[in-house]
Amino acid sequence: MNIMFAVSSGRYTRANFILPLLIIIQLGLHTVEGVWPLPQAFTSSTERYPLNPQAFYFGYGKQSAAQQGCSVLDTAFKRYFSLIFPDYSSANGVLRFSVDKPFLVEVSVDQDDCESYPQEDSSEKYNLSVCEGKASLKAETVWGAVRGLETFSQMVYQDDFGSYFVNKTEIEDFPRFQFRGILLDTSRHYLPVQAILKTLDAMAYSKFNVFHWHIVDDPSFPYQSSTFPDLSSKGAFHPMTHIYTQSDVRRVISYARLQGIRVLPEFDSPGHTKSWGKGQSDLLTPCYRGSTPSGTFGPVNPVLPSTYQFMEKLFKEVSSVFPDSYIHLGGDEVNFSCWKSNPDVRAFMQKMGFGADFTKLEAFYIENIVNITSALNKTSIVWQDVFDYHEKIPEDTVLHIWKGLPEVYQTELSRITKAGKRVLLAAPWYINHISYGQDWRNYYTVQPQNFSGTEEQKKLVIGGEVCMWGEYVDATNLNPRLWPRASAAAERLWSDEKQTSSVDSAFPRLQDFRCKLVRRGIQAEPLYVGHCKHEYQGV
Amino acid sequence: ISYIILKLYYRSHLELREITNIFYISLTAPDAQASKFGSLWPLPQKVQISEVSFKLTSSSFKIVDAKESSAGPSCSLLQDAYRRYYEYMFGSTKKLGLSKSRRTGPSELTELQVWITSPDSECDDYPSVTSDESYELSVDLPFAVLKAPKVWGALHGLETFSQLLYEDEYGAKSVNATTISDFPRFAHRGILLDSSRHFLPIKVILANLETMAMNKFNVFHWHIVDDQSFPYLSRTFPQLSQQGAYHPYTHVYTPADVKMVIEFARLRGIRVIPEFDTPGHTQSWGKGQKDLLTPCYSGSKPSGTFGPINPILNTTYDFMNQFFKEISTVFPDAYVHLGGDEVDFTCWRSNPDIQLQQTGIILHPKVCFSFIVKLLDIVTTTNKGYMIWQEVFDNGVKLKPDTLIHVWKGNQEQYQNEMANVTSSGYQTLLSTPWYLNRISYGQDWHGYYKADPQDFKGTEEQKKLVIGGEACLWGEYVDATNLTPRLWPRASAVAERLWSAKDVTDINDAFNRLSMHRCRMVERGIPAEPLFSSYCPREYKGI
Repeated sequence: MNIMFAVSSGRYTRANFILPLLIIIQLGLHTVEGVWPLPQAFTSSTERYPLNPQAFYFGYGKQSAAQQGCSVLDTAFKRYFSLIFPDYSSANGVLRFSVDKPFLVEVSVDQDDCESYPQEDSSEKYNLSVCEGKASLKAETVWGAVRGLETFSQMVYQDDFGSYFVNKTEIEDFPRFQFRGILLDTSRHYLPVQAILKTLDAMAYSKFNVFHWHIVDDPSFPYQSSTFPDLSSKGAFHPMTHIYTQSDVRRVISYARLQGIRVLPEFDSPGHTKSWGKGQSDLLTPCYRGSTPSGTFGPVNPVLPSTYQFMEKLFKEVSSVFPDSYIHLGGDEVNFSCWKSNPDVRAFMQKMGFGADFTKLEAFYIENIVNITSALNKTSIVWQDVFDYHEKIPEDTVLHIWKGLPEVYQTELSRITKAGKRVLLAAPWYINHISYGQDWRNYYTVQPQNFSGTEEQKKLVIGGEVCMWGEYVDATNLNPRLWPRASAAAERLWSDEKQTSSVDSAFPRLQDFRCKLVRRGIQAEPLYVGHCKHEYQGV
Repeated sequence: ISYIILKLYYRSHLELREITNIFYISLTAPDAQASKFGSLWPLPQKVQISEVSFKLTSSSFKIVDAKESSAGPSCSLLQDAYRRYYEYMFGSTKKLGLSKSRRTGPSELTELQVWITSPDSECDDYPSVTSDESYELSVDLPFAVLKAPKVWGALHGLETFSQLLYEDEYGAKSVNATTISDFPRFAHRGILLDSSRHFLPIKVILANLETMAMNKFNVFHWHIVDDQSFPYLSRTFPQLSQQGAYHPYTHVYTPADVKMVIEFARLRGIRVIPEFDTPGHTQSWGKGQKDLLTPCYSGSKPSGTFGPINPILNTTYDFMNQFFKEISTVFPDAYVHLGGDEVDFTCWRSNPDIQLQQTGIILHPKVCFSFIVKLLDIVTTTNKGYMIWQEVFDNGVKLKPDTLIHVWKGNQEQYQNEMANVTSSGYQTLLSTPWYLNRISYGQDWHGYYKADPQDFKGTEEQKKLVIGGEACLWGEYVDATNLTPRLWPRASAVAERLWSAKDVTDINDAFNRLSMHRCRMVERGIPAEPLFSSYCPREYKGI
């Protein structure tokens, strides 16, 4: 199963081809092996077709359920035209005498879901067939078609004279996991909307499909709530410049939708809520020193009915602002010392028969919040802490694993799936943790389904998430820190694990992909020494 | 006006807190504590700040030459700096069309006079290791005065003045009556960038020179070539980059590029010291210069690979002679860095010609020794001084007394011993070991850079004086234009203060508060300096 190639008159000539093939150790991968993440099944050939930007068209197939006027695909055509022909501008080449035959990318989808939002069960499967003069892209949904366009765009290459080519190829592709997310933290540092949109672009290039927006936390509350405007006017770093207005949020959601990306908001409570307290009095628990309030505040106060009234109103707003059917409720790292110090909380514990077990109080709180969001027809995602303290959690809730080394998170995967819960893995992909050298190799070699459990249990792993917590990250360094390291996880979550088990085979492909990212204006940092044909031109 | 004297050697500032908090609070993020020294970075040697404040407006404020100054309008270095700092100070405020009709208020500062006191301002010279960088700044009515013997001090003083400005709650620029007397603790305060492992576009190099000036760094150590690529376009040997660069046109530094870098640096008081590292780290040289590298052998046959520069051929020295002659004319600085580190002897050992020469002698470093000695002679004839990595000293090569030994190896104990050894042999030295900024880790690693002190080793006062400074190194294995700037700044700023400010400026909390504001200032000036911790800048980075 080895691939040989020879350089002859500027093209790679493949001597032999067997599926699944993988490796070409050469920069400038011109065929489907250059696609990142690697498609599930493909055959390709050395036969190549020239593409002339002036004779290149996108179109809808006759049988397609979506036709011209489909917002998702019409904008995708426009977007991918410039990605396919990066140095094309309508000014140059106008007078060029074209000998190239026209080339048509014909897209057909089974469902007209052009105006909907991508959902957890949206199919992202697509088939792509590239032959002379035509590429046929078939998918069940527009989201699958968008993934296929991304793949096609990565297959187009330029020779030394700048001419564009694509090789004859057949691809059948679909994601291994339905949930492939990136978490950005806009509370520890405010990220300008532009930085978020740029990240969404880069996510689409790696076929990520969920933007987990950890929008608020202790340090700041940038989400401008229409119901409770004081939350951001008092809790944001700055009430005018460091907030996300309703129109900012809508812009992010609609921008993400066009790329087939879901926006999953997280309003983490009862811990991680210091900034909430600034704009909402009586929401946080007053901490006591002895018998008097110390003036500091702890987690959300779980004993007051007003807390739940507030949460109900807030989540009602959030549910209508964010169209996704999931909502992340946090529930991690609750510090009990303040609750313990508060006499009202202690009295409530007594009354409820919780004894001295504050995890019961936490579970009580979370249960109430989950009930609120369930009533709003949202499925909840919570951090693993909720399961660790309280195995009886509402049906359907997804557990998000974030703690520990492989042995630890593998045990957790076993335990949670054994309890029949769906689970999402983030622990090995805390990408905010940096170290010297090629740490992407660690992200690449994660095996999300490698834990002791039945096949049924394995199926409960719905995907994974790359987390970029914001302590040390803002718009100055977000992009190079995220890319291409997150792309390593992207291939793990999309591609077949057996076909992508070798980190050394992945290395040249990822190097090539990172140059593609740089060419597309994404500040993706280098993996190691070397160069890109087109270096990043910013500072 | 009553001044309060803030001596940096003085640890207890309790009585000043109330006053200083009032006028620094507006510059500071609400959660951070304000430093008494505002956002000054690196901290000047002596600072006196009063509670009296003056307003400045973009329409009336001017930076002008003092009448007595030895540098007049013909000194373009200063004129250029005046404009640069004016834009930094007022660039973000909108010009008010009607402001000309506005009369200046009684507490308005309208002028900064720059007075070069020495008869020779050195305006058209290049900075050197002996350049006088001191300055005195007096901010008061009717005008502020910046006095410096030479233009180099004036450049630093302008930066300091710009750092004294803050915005009141209405966005108006203010400055407090202040007296500063300042000079660097060390003469050599450098940044090493590596343009061989990854090519760095000129734009990135210039942006970092600009940022170096904001941090009072004064040496750009340009590690321009290495194993991986040879981007320097040599007029004498153009095939070196033609064959040895990543790409012969898009990934090279032309003579015009190099000239631009040197002049851009000069205008900011920064020296450019090129490094042409030999005999190791030269794989890329071999591509364009036949017979320069040693053919390695496997058994009795050449293996097809090449090792360090071939030390036994006369052609090698002819090449070196011509090459360094060119370098000495292209780079005006009095020093050139000759490398000399990490020479792998296995290839030399394998080569029968080299073994032949060394019959009966097992010491392969001798080959290295003789090569370096000849190279030093060659460079001496070009009238340049040289810097070399510590191995050359460690191997006992006879060096000119003015050689600078660059310490980069080992743990803290080892490099401190090395500094002691080098200085006890009478050589001048500079330190880089604790400042390898390419090595990243999670968290606030700037603390470690801040705490390292180049004079912290066992030795006499005379030995300590032989420490001329240090360099922060950003080696290029994992760094290119995409991530260089946020990786370098503000981590290198921690080194900048260690090398400029007084030895006892070590309060890490005060440093954190000033550095947080300094990094926001860099961001505001368009430099993507990364955050120190959860926080915000009034104006976040926009260049996404």
